[in-house]
Amino acid sequence: MIDRDSPVTEDELHAYVDGELPTDRKAAVAAWLAEHPEQAALVATWRAQAESIRAHFGTAVDEPVPQRLKLDQVLRHEQANGRSWMAMATAAAIVAFIVGGAAGWMARGASAAAPSSFDIYATEALDAHKLYVVEVRHPVEVPGGERAHMTQWLSKRLGKDLRIPDLQSIGLKLVGGRLLPGPTGAAAFYMYESASGERFTMYCAKTDEPGTALRYTGSDQFAAFYWVDDKIAYVMSGPSDREQLEKVTKAVYEQVDKTGAKKL
Amino acid sequence: MPACAGGRADRPASGPRMPKAKEAGLATFRQNVEATIPALRRYARALTRDSDIADDLVQDTLVRALRSEHLFHGGDVRSWLYTILTNLNRNRLRSLARRPALSPIEENDAPDLAGPEAGGRDIERALATLVEDQRNALLLVVLEGLSYREVAEVQGVPIGTVMSRLARARVQIKSYLDGERPALRRVK
Repeated sequence: MIDRDSPVTEDELHAYVDGELPTDRKAAVAAWLAEHPEQAALVATWRAQAESIRAHFGTAVDEPVPQRLKLDQVLRHEQANGRSWMAMATAAAIVAFIVGGAAGWMARGASAAAPSSFDIYATEALDAHKLYVVEVRHPVEVPGGERAHMTQWLSKRLGKDLRIPDLQSIGLKLVGGRLLPGPTGAAAFYMYESASGERFTMYCAKTDEPGTALRYTGSDQFAAFYWVDDKIAYVMSGPSDREQLEKVTKAVYEQVDKTGAKKL
Repeated sequence: MPACAGGRADRPASGPRMPKAKEAGLATFRQNVEATIPALRRYARALTRDSDIADDLVQDTLVRALRSEHLFHGGDVRSWLYTILTNLNRNRLRSLARRPALSPIEENDAPDLAGPEAGGRDIERALATLVEDQRNALLLVVLEGLSYREVAEVQGVPIGTVMSRLARARVQIKSYLDGERPALRRVK
């Protein structure tokens, strides 16, 4: 319905410039602009801005795509594990963990004050937790529906039999999991979600440490429980609510401990 | 257990072990990705104002996309690629912010001489004064021709937010080009 008299908003002027208005309203806005030179000048300014952006950057689209950006090339490059700053960032992170891990190893006989396994794994797990719980589109690599596949895959990569806990009984759905670089090689990372969208993650990596009791660390935003069972370091992370996290951790602990059959 | 599970886990890009239908879907997916590369280069160039960095960014976007192609269940490939590129660029800017900054764009602060390039450098500088989200929104709409809805999807915000980012970007560019330099960043 055309309504020439209904006031034109600034939003509509932008939508007009960007071709987002329905046809009937477009005509009404054009007519309105004819009677409002000040706004018409503004619209002209925005169009000129768009023009100069297109004129300045638009030509890149016509340039031939360089060889390294051809998809076949990228695939080959990717398989050969080539250079990119993303890959380098990952490599740097791995080196940092190896160095951190080695420092922890060397210092473990010497001083109790050196970074402990607890520090190393909990930091690592909390970093991953912070990074991925905010991810909307790609929080996981393998969706929760592929539990059997994920169990097999991650167990193989870690060289340990992993079990993915079922937390439906406490209202947590498995979002899925992913493989991460960890202090001792591969680490498995699973994400769970409550009906209200709260996310908890479970981090598992191989360790030489003997079994430990639960240890807790927390900040004002996130918290984590750490324990070692059957040569696997576990870190359960979640929002900073100790009681709630303890409940989740106990549910996890009961299930994964069964695989160890006899610990603690 | 899906037949392709092993291949998928270790080498997401390996095709031969996949079932036929999946293979066909993958071929279409890759064609769509390939077709978007020139536009991604354009967007990256405008974001970075450096053609080498821009192409690095596109390359990383492609790597990321190929790695997660098995996670792509329909939808618009183009918007998805813009999303990846936008996020990678955000990471890049964050890591730059942690280092002492040298900004090449300000190096040459002599007044522009008249000529075909003068206007171009002005708009480049004007864009450089924008808050990142505003710049992204403006470039996606104006340069890449995405709809407000698509930009909302790329930025993960409501359409209203996209529109206010656009509006602020336009006000800021106008005031910069009108000679109010150094322009203040409008935050909110």
